[in-house]
Amino acid sequence: MQELFPYLLNGISVGGQYALIAIGYTMVYGILRLINFAHGDVFMVAGLVMVYTTTALPLYISIPLVLAATVVLGFTIERVAYKPLRTAPRMSVMISAIGVSYLIQNLAFYITGGVPQPVTKPIPFISNTVSIMGASTKMVTLVTPVLTIALVIVLVYLINHTKTGMAMRAVSKDFETAQLMGIKINSVISVTFIIGSFLAAVGAMLYFTNYPSVAITSGGMPGLKAFVAAVFGGIGSIPGAVVGAFIIGLCEEVIKGLGYTTFSDAFTFALLIVVLCVKPTGLFGEKVTDKV
Amino acid sequence: MNMTKKKTIFTAAVLLVLFAACVIVDLTLPSYHIAVTVIKKATVYALVAVSMNLLNGFTGLFSLGQAGFMLLGAYSYSVLTIPDGKKATVYQYFENGGLPFSFTDIFGGIFGEQVGTIVGMLIALLIGGLLAALFAFLIGLPVLRLKSDYLAIATLGFAEILKAFFQWNGLGPITNGSNLLKSYPTFNKATPYVIIAGLMIALIVLLINSTYGRAFKAIRDDEVAAEAMGINLARHKRMSFIISSFFAGIGGGMMAMYMGTIAAAPFKSALTYEILLIVVIGGIGSITGSVLASFLYIFSSEWLLRGLDSGTFLGINAPAVFKNGFRMAVFSVIIMVIVLFFRKGIMGDKELPNLLDKRPKSRKKKEAAGK
Repeated sequence: MQELFPYLLNGISVGGQYALIAIGYTMVYGILRLINFAHGDVFMVAGLVMVYTTTALPLYISIPLVLAATVVLGFTIERVAYKPLRTAPRMSVMISAIGVSYLIQNLAFYITGGVPQPVTKPIPFISNTVSIMGASTKMVTLVTPVLTIALVIVLVYLINHTKTGMAMRAVSKDFETAQLMGIKINSVISVTFIIGSFLAAVGAMLYFTNYPSVAITSGGMPGLKAFVAAVFGGIGSIPGAVVGAFIIGLCEEVIKGLGYTTFSDAFTFALLIVVLCVKPTGLFGEKVTDKV
Repeated sequence: MNMTKKKTIFTAAVLLVLFAACVIVDLTLPSYHIAVTVIKKATVYALVAVSMNLLNGFTGLFSLGQAGFMLLGAYSYSVLTIPDGKKATVYQYFENGGLPFSFTDIFGGIFGEQVGTIVGMLIALLIGGLLAALFAFLIGLPVLRLKSDYLAIATLGFAEILKAFFQWNGLGPITNGSNLLKSYPTFNKATPYVIIAGLMIALIVLLINSTYGRAFKAIRDDEVAAEAMGINLARHKRMSFIISSFFAGIGGGMMAMYMGTIAAAPFKSALTYEILLIVVIGGIGSITGSVLASFLYIFSSEWLLRGLDSGTFLGINAPAVFKNGFRMAVFSVIIMVIVLFFRKGIMGDKELPNLLDKRPKSRKKKEAAGK
C-alpha cells in the first residue's frame, strides 16, 4: 500500500485531467452524436500554446491567452468542419473529424518542426514539489481534483439553471423538435464546443505541467482515454464522464505501479470493449430504443 | 459489339497497359529508383484501402481496426521468414529468440534456395492473413454487435491493445519486444507487389459481385430491410469483417516486405486514419477509386510534392516556407476540402468499366425539355 500510494495520488490527478477532456467529448456526443476525434488534438494545441506563451509573456497574460486560443480553435473547427455537414450521414461527419485531427497534427508538425516542445517555464505554484505522507509529488496533483470538481459543479449548475443550459438539454433530447421550438441550434452547438475547448485548455495546462515536453502526438492518447471515460460513464452524462475518468486514471496508475506499464493503455481499451458489450449505456447513461 | 463486351475489353486493356508499364519501369530503372518505391508502397496501400473499403464502403461497418490487422500480418510474415542463420543478430536482446524454424529455410531445402524463399514468403504472407482473420473472428464476436461509432472506437481500441501486446517484453522471444525485426527476405522489384496485390484485389472484386457482395450492400443501405429480405445480418457482417481483416493482414505482410524492417510503433491509429482518408478521397464504395487514390496519394506524397518539404517547389526557392512538414500540411488541407466539398471522392461509387457509361439520363431529359 505504501508503495502504491504515490501512484494512487497520480491516478486521482490524471483522472481529473481526463475528466476535463471527457466532458468535451460527452457534451458534443450528447448533442451531435459525433465522436469529436479532433478534441484530443485541440487539447494538444492548448499545451503547445501554453509552452509558447509562458516562455514569452507574464502569467496573467499567457493563461487567458491559452484559454482564448483554444476556445477560438474549438469554435472554428465546429463552424468550418462540422456545420456544413449538419444534414450529411453521421459517417461523413466522423470522417471530417478524423480529417481535422489529421490536419491539426500536420499543421502542428509544420510549426514545431516535429520537435517536441520542452515545457521550459511551467506555471509556478502548481509545479512546486510537495510531499504528502512520504510521497513526493507536484502541487498540480492536489490542485487538479479540486479544480476539476469545482468546474464540474459550475458546469452542472449552468446546464440545469440557465436558459442556454436548458436549450442544450432540449437539443440533446431531440434535435429537430428543439429547432421547431425556436432554439437556435447553431449557437447552442457553438456554446457546447466553446465549453468543451475551455475545459480541455484547463486540462492541458494541468496535464503538461507533469510532462517535460509537448509533442504533436501528445493529444491522441489522452483524448482517446478521455473518450473511453465518457463511454464508461455513459455518454452524454457529465457526472458519468467525471466518475469514469477518475476510475480510468486510478486504474491506469495502479497498473503502472504494479509494473505493467506496457499494458496501462491496453487496459483502458479492454475496459472499453467490456463496457460496450456488457452495458453499452455505461454507468449513468440513458437507455435509447431504436425505432425503424 | 454490345456494351458489356465493350466494358470487359476496356477494363482488360487498361489493366494490361498499367501492368506493362509497371514491368517496363522494373526492367529499365534500378530497384532503388523512386518510381519503383512509389509503385511498391502504393500497391500495399491500395490493397489495404480496398480491404477497408470492403468493410466501410460496401458493408457499412465503420471499423478503425485496420492497423491492428496489418500489424498481425506484418509480424507473422517477418517472424516466419527470418532465416535461421540471422536470428542471433536480430534477436540480440533475447537469447534463443525467434521461432525454432524458418519458412525460407524449410522450403529452401525442398525447392532450392531461390524458389524456396519465394514459396516460403508467400506462405508466410498467407498465414499472416489467416491469423488476422482468426483474430477478426474472435474480436468480432463481441464487437460486431455494436453500432456505427461505438464499433469504430472499439476496433480502434482493439488495435491499440494488439500494439501493446506486440511491444511487451514477455512476448519478446517471438516479437523482439519493441525492437526492430529485420533481415527477412523481401522483393526488390515492383512487379511481385503488383501481382500479389492485384490478385487479392481481383478476389475482392469477385466477392463484391457475388451474392455475398450484394448482401453486404443491402446491409449497408438498410439493415432492417436487408434482414426482412432474409439476409442473416450477424453472419454476413462477421463474414465481411473476417474477409476484410484477412486482406488487411496480407497488406500488412506486404508492408513489412516493402519497409524491410518492422516494429509495432508505426501501426498506430494514424495509419488507419491515413488509409481511411485514402478511401474517402477515392470514393467510399469504389474499388477503382481506392486504388487510384492510393497511387495518387503515394505518388504525390513521396515524389511530386517532395519539394514542399525540402526548400524548392516549382522552381520557387523559399526554405522558410517549404520546410519539413509543409507537404503534409498542404495535403491535409486538400483532404479536408475533399471531405467537405467533394464528398463523393474521385470515383463516387463508380468502377472502371462505368467510365464508358453514357452521361446520366437526367441531363438528356433536361436537354429534351429545353428544346
